[in-house]
Amino acid sequence: MNRIARLIVFLLGATGLAALFILAFLRLPGPDDLRNRTADRANALTVPARHTTNAVSTVNFDYRAFDTIGEEFILFVSVMGVLVLFRETHAKPAREILRDSSTPGRDLAPSDAIRAWTLVMVAPKILFGLYIIAHGALTPGGGFQGGVILATAPLILFLATDFRTFQKIASFHLVEITEAFGAAAFVLIGVVGLFAQRAYLTNVLPMGTTSRLTSGGMIPLISVAVGLEVAAGFVLLLYVFLQESLTVEHGEA
Amino acid sequence: MIIYAAFAVAVWLLLIGLYGVITSRHLVHLCLCLIVVQSATYVLLTAIGYRPGAIAPIFADKPPGTPAVDPVMQALMLTDIVVEATVVALLLAIIVQIKKHDEATDPDQVDQMKG
Amino acid sequence: MIVLQLAILILVAATGTAVVFSRNAESQPIGISFYGLVLSIMFFIFQAPDVALSQLVIGAVGLPLMIMLALARLRRPDR
Repeated sequence: MNRIARLIVFLLGATGLAALFILAFLRLPGPDDLRNRTADRANALTVPARHTTNAVSTVNFDYRAFDTIGEEFILFVSVMGVLVLFRETHAKPAREILRDSSTPGRDLAPSDAIRAWTLVMVAPKILFGLYIIAHGALTPGGGFQGGVILATAPLILFLATDFRTFQKIASFHLVEITEAFGAAAFVLIGVVGLFAQRAYLTNVLPMGTTSRLTSGGMIPLISVAVGLEVAAGFVLLLYVFLQESLTVEHGEA
Repeated sequence: MIIYAAFAVAVWLLLIGLYGVITSRHLVHLCLCLIVVQSATYVLLTAIGYRPGAIAPIFADKPPGTPAVDPVMQALMLTDIVVEATVVALLLAIIVQIKKHDEATDPDQVDQMKG
Repeated sequence: MIVLQLAILILVAATGTAVVFSRNAESQPIGISFYGLVLSIMFFIFQAPDVALSQLVIGAVGLPLMIMLALARLRRPDR
């Protein structure tokens, strides 16, 4: 169907949908009745039962840890999908870098200001990412956020230098193995609960004292595993996208 | 009440994102409109979990009894955001492969997406 | 506080509309980056700091980068 017909059908549908939404939201119970009993219990139990102060991380990595495994594996499979889509169809094609600062005659070297600032920022970024991962149970943060922050450190390095250096530092096989290790570590940490004759992923390690890094039992360990996996996954995504944009196989244009 | 305003914004984002998907002329723009549709769900979940006058669910500096916002909704949203990024990466990879084989980025001209 | 929340909600709606109506390919990554920033501020105002941190890193750094790289790849003419 052509564009005008599609637009008319959409406008009819959207008007109906908007009307239904407005009716539904007007009939919702008020904010006092939207109160979730589970949420109040989760908030009330964080400090006494698990000795952690971040209720969101406790819900993510302890009360609903099984759902987090599912989400982490959606991430894992999506990264795998991107790698499969960008796989090399010929055996070992020679790749030449299309436009880069190392190509002679090209005026694309990063300016000195960029180079100085990004080289200075690599170490604080790595430190900050590790800090956010480790303190997942205490302050806002956790595996997912800290992992993505860690993944921007090789990216900053790429901005300071060129793609060849990025390839050497974030070597493909090492990052792949790290991602698989992170995903497997999460699954295997859950098995500890089975060995203690409780359910899978029960938090059986000693809880420690509140506001210390060792509080929360398995929560910091799971946070580290998730952080590794997310960081490695994003570095792989960046690697593949950069390779696709910046290099050209022999035989293409 | 602020929660109803947030619901209205969520519905608006959903509908405007769908409009963008339907009238899009470039596949990457279609991807961005899907991102807008997905952010409508974030606004909705934030509105459902919000309690007026409550603190964030971090008890590092407040005593554990203070009324706090719903942490379960935030747990749902935070993994969802990271997963969204990888799914968008997958969509962009598919778009790049379409361009390699089909030479068109207009959704009306890609064979599988006609109509 | 209510005024701040209303203001940020209106800003989110306006920025979302702007992202949808930006057909120019070069402005799309910057638009998504700004949208991610505005969403992150909204999460922060609605007392959700974990989500704000996550959205900030992903939506303002990760997504625009991948979109820009995909656009750069698409612009290269094939043989």
